[in-house]
Amino acid sequence: MANVTSTAAAPERLQLLRVLGPGHVWALGVGIVLVGEYMGWNFAIGKGGMIAGLVACWVAGLLYTCVAMIDSEVTSTVAAAGGQYAQAKHIVGPLMAFNVGLFLVMAYTMLEAGNAITIGFLLDTVAGMQGHSGLNQQPFIILAVMFLAWLNYRGVLATLTFNFVITAIAFLAIIILFLVVQFGGSNVPLDFSAVAEEPLPYGWVGIIASIHFGLWYYLGIEGTCQAAEEVRSPSRSLPYGTMAGIMTLLIAATLTWYVCSGLIPWEYLGQAGTPLFDAARVTGSTGLMVLLFIGTIFSTLASANGCINDASRAWFSMGRDRYLPIWFGAVHPVYRTPYRSIVFLVPIALIFALGAPLDQVVTFSILSGLLGYTFMSFNMVMFRRKWPLETIKRGYVHPFHPLPAIVLLVLCATAYIAVFLGYGTQLIAMMCFYIVASLWFHFWRYRFVRRGDQFTMPWPRPQGY
Amino acid sequence: MAYQPPKQGFVAQIVDVVVLLVLTVGALYLPLYLGLAGATKTPNPIENPTWETLNQNVVEQQQWAALGITDPAAANDIVTARFNYDFSWTALIVMAVLVIGYFVMVVRLSDKEYREVIDERFGPKR
Repeated sequence: MANVTSTAAAPERLQLLRVLGPGHVWALGVGIVLVGEYMGWNFAIGKGGMIAGLVACWVAGLLYTCVAMIDSEVTSTVAAAGGQYAQAKHIVGPLMAFNVGLFLVMAYTMLEAGNAITIGFLLDTVAGMQGHSGLNQQPFIILAVMFLAWLNYRGVLATLTFNFVITAIAFLAIIILFLVVQFGGSNVPLDFSAVAEEPLPYGWVGIIASIHFGLWYYLGIEGTCQAAEEVRSPSRSLPYGTMAGIMTLLIAATLTWYVCSGLIPWEYLGQAGTPLFDAARVTGSTGLMVLLFIGTIFSTLASANGCINDASRAWFSMGRDRYLPIWFGAVHPVYRTPYRSIVFLVPIALIFALGAPLDQVVTFSILSGLLGYTFMSFNMVMFRRKWPLETIKRGYVHPFHPLPAIVLLVLCATAYIAVFLGYGTQLIAMMCFYIVASLWFHFWRYRFVRRGDQFTMPWPRPQGY
Repeated sequence: MAYQPPKQGFVAQIVDVVVLLVLTVGALYLPLYLGLAGATKTPNPIENPTWETLNQNVVEQQQWAALGITDPAAANDIVTARFNYDFSWTALIVMAVLVIGYFVMVVRLSDKEYREVIDERFGPKR
């Protein structure tokens, strides 16, 4: 299937290299997301209190479990670069694919910007602790983005092997912090009295509001399927790597909530820039502080690295299909990477990393992700309707269909309300952007698209068409 | 016969990219510049705060100290700040209409394009 996929588009073109295994898929998914444990998730506690933060953690976990189940089935069957973009192209149609491509690029580029902001913030915090407050963060932000873009430019295997190592270290740092604190290694004990004394400072509306940033625990796990054309065995590696990834994140998210909520007053935690590093500060252990500093830096680098990888694949795929100028669809003759897309997205990430506050950047990313998850819910139903199980071979079939799709849609609707509670203007501005962009594509850009080339899978004609 | 798209010149390609960029940056930055973006917490500081009046127990006081805040006055704004979740039902309905309307529009227009793709790939439906 994979060969048919790649050759049907254009046999004479350079192809991306198939060099990745399940470990790389895990590293790509968890690497992008693990930073959500190191920063951003804690705004959920600020939005609703400690209990609301925990409920948000698990509700968002359920949402992303549905995402991983759906994604595993569709991606193990539609194994093409661009992930959900390629799925939309084959299942819903070109305009949906164009929108999904934009969701992916926006979600990942904004996440990359958020990571760069966090690196600058952390270095500033540490410099302040050493008596050098007022560090200029901008050079570090630019340096981080440029270095990772260069790494991506040079090749996907080195990029994701690098991600595998630093993601594993960042994950281990959370486990070690938990174990040390749990076995009495902290100068200040865990304190959960606020759970009893002030469980829901905003009532139930706080729980809904906190789901907004609860998504940040897991946002980006769906990025595993962006590497579909570079994985040696997509039907095996993609479901395995994705499901292992979501399990890793559910564990890491719960441990993170537990340690941070026990060590940091919830009012401080709700607005902290680097909560796990702050938790290490509270323990009074220099070793833990160094470890969590390294963990925070590594998780942000891994995430930004994966984001560059994924955003550039989505942009590349749209260029290759002429949804965008075909110039972006080029593969580097030596490194076999989508180098023009990688370079083009660098200044866009920097515009936001250098000019927008962290919570805004995080919200832009979450909103684009949320639109993508909404698409996944009805995309799954359409996939099963157009190609019932017996008509095409799937690498993985998720159980209980259509329950995961329905649960996903309901949770997405709840998350829209959560974003609306405080960030309604961004939501409306973003919807207006996607509506205008859709009209631009349908009435202008689509004329440059070769119709028949949009369907490259060796499948039978979809039912109902 | 397969659809043959027109060839797009280099300048036209650049124009298309610029249009998308302007739309993107505009949509994301406009709310920021207009000061309409984001939820801000409003502090409700209390006079002459102490850790007790800020409802911080002994362990929490140790936690604040470890975070570099030993003076209750410095924690006053952080502890007392709250979001305001009052909202307009009209605005909520507008948002719902926009989101649902957007997806309906995209799926319908996509379906029209998709039928062209399927017809060209598999031949006209018999």
